[in-house]
Amino acid sequence: MAAALASGEGGTLAFGMGRSYGDSCMAESDHVVATAGFDRVISADWDNGVIVAQPGLTLGTLIDMALPRGWFLPVTPGTKFVTLGGAVANDVHGKNHHVAGTFGCHVTRLSLLRTDEGIVECSPKTNADLFQATVGGLGLTGILLSIELQLRRVESAYVDQCAIKFGGLDEFFALSAELDTRYEYAVAWVDCLATGRQTGRGHYIVGNHATDGRLRIAAPRPKSMPVDPPFSLVNGLTLKAFNALYYHRQRAARVTSVVGYDPFFYPLDGLLHWNRIYGRGGFQQYQCVVPFADAPDAIRAVLSEIARSTSGSFLAVLKRCGGIRSPGLLSFPLEGVSLALDFAQRDAANASLFARLDALIHEAGGRLYPAKDAHMGAAHFQKAYPAWPRVEALRDRHLQSRFWKRVTQQATTS
Amino acid sequence: MTIKNILIIGATSGIAEAVARRYAASNCNFALVGRDSAKLDVIASDLTARGAAHVSVQQWDANDVSQATATVASAWQNLATVDLALIAHGSLPEQARAEEDLDYAIEQFRLNGESAVVCMLALAQHFRKQGRGTLAVIGSVAGDRGRPSNFLYGAAKGAVEDCASGLRASLFKQGVNLLLIKPGFVATPMTAHLELPGLLTASADQVAQDILRAVGGGRDVLYTRWFWRWIMLIIKSIPVKIFKRLSL
Repeated sequence: MAAALASGEGGTLAFGMGRSYGDSCMAESDHVVATAGFDRVISADWDNGVIVAQPGLTLGTLIDMALPRGWFLPVTPGTKFVTLGGAVANDVHGKNHHVAGTFGCHVTRLSLLRTDEGIVECSPKTNADLFQATVGGLGLTGILLSIELQLRRVESAYVDQCAIKFGGLDEFFALSAELDTRYEYAVAWVDCLATGRQTGRGHYIVGNHATDGRLRIAAPRPKSMPVDPPFSLVNGLTLKAFNALYYHRQRAARVTSVVGYDPFFYPLDGLLHWNRIYGRGGFQQYQCVVPFADAPDAIRAVLSEIARSTSGSFLAVLKRCGGIRSPGLLSFPLEGVSLALDFAQRDAANASLFARLDALIHEAGGRLYPAKDAHMGAAHFQKAYPAWPRVEALRDRHLQSRFWKRVTQQATTS
Repeated sequence: MTIKNILIIGATSGIAEAVARRYAASNCNFALVGRDSAKLDVIASDLTARGAAHVSVQQWDANDVSQATATVASAWQNLATVDLALIAHGSLPEQARAEEDLDYAIEQFRLNGESAVVCMLALAQHFRKQGRGTLAVIGSVAGDRGRPSNFLYGAAKGAVEDCASGLRASLFKQGVNLLLIKPGFVATPMTAHLELPGLLTASADQVAQDILRAVGGGRDVLYTRWFWRWIMLIIKSIPVKIFKRLSL
């Protein structure tokens, strides 16, 4: 296989479920190594919750196997339709970043196929430099062959959830300070069309794994968006109505409930092909993180800018990230506040808005998430991810993504 | 009838693995037979993680027809009783090469035809004694009519189909069901080198889902996906005078 990788023209790349929103999952050569079908569990120690699996295994399938035995993912992103390999390559994070760090913090060993050295094992202790370059390394350091992951014990498939309505950004920061220490999971949905004193109003949603011993859930069939509508259903009118409705649907200030893990962690997975609501043009996601000290001002400025543009998405996701360091050299989260939102694809309008947002983020010492990015300039990337040359040094010469080419080889002006 | 004990020949094939995964979730026992023991071991640990109660593996090269009876006997013994046996091994010969290189043609014909037929007969002996269960064998829509683009494969699968038809009538009287599975295009390692038409191509898991339903419903013949029954009906009904002018 190593010989086959080296024989192609231009760099290739492992490709899993294609859920990276930008060009980080696209190979320079347009020929990828599909990991679908390379999705077996090699060994599973259910006493200690340690599994070794091939990279094409999806998080959803892993949950199906692990949960009935009392184990759950140590960290999960907002969709379970991603592969283990993708979770490692993007060093994904979730609603428990403030207490658990990134996915890569729970990876104990990796096995890689490199065109120069063949099969190489690495872990936080052995070949540590390769391990650090591979966690969050966007698939560039070799084709993953196996991943060893430490799972997290749970006593239930349900989550004790509490949803709190808040009226503005100040309240968000107060709630975060109050609740993040008491809850493993915390995230806020923000109405990014609200302006003035209501800037940053939304719902703060926190949760802990329930302890009721129910490890199985009768799963309803997911609904599916059947077609691409001829135009985007997400426009100024629908947005404003939806966001206002969403904000006001909860009347009480605090509502507690017990919900299944699916609606809690993966609300959008319940609507397959949800991205089709944006029509054929699709959408672009913008996700940034800003260091805590400057976060209140920077996030307020970013949200105001988006509200003024009136092109923001249904809901933005605001999340406080913690200080647990990832082993990954290119890991995205840093101690601060992360903001993510979708924009219907409108090239010119997005380009000028994103340029203004980028300037605000970088001034505050923040950065953008490569897994979601399709526009970041090389200069911004290299400043925000100063360890990138160490990853470049360990990159397999036969692996190359369009993203990496864009942010490392472009003339450093922008 | 609940399926508990499953014997699979050609267990590393894409369709067989997808079928096994679906059954693994309901705590089944497996006896897996295949050529590549390293692959069998990985599949065994994967099935165990997915919920299989017990998995045994056995190495056998399906080209070695002389060992078929012994292999089937020992795999059967591992399970004691068998609710479902699936014959899934095979290859997709290159038609053009087969017409030039007759040694290759014979080898491919024997693997896809003779070897599958011998496995059917060997399994039938055990099923007769047991007096119940399902014998499932993977044929192909290609077996419906020899076409210029792959008639060597089609002829071998046609042999499997005729054997299945006769054996079904014989086993039926002893309480054993025989299911002939006829897949169309399926995205598996066997077809990985081909450019398959997206709309007509099923995933191995979709085919597996159809197979589980057919086994559960005691069906005789399964076209999967369903539309192949109608496509093949049209292909079969083309008069020879016209058919010989086509290059299907």
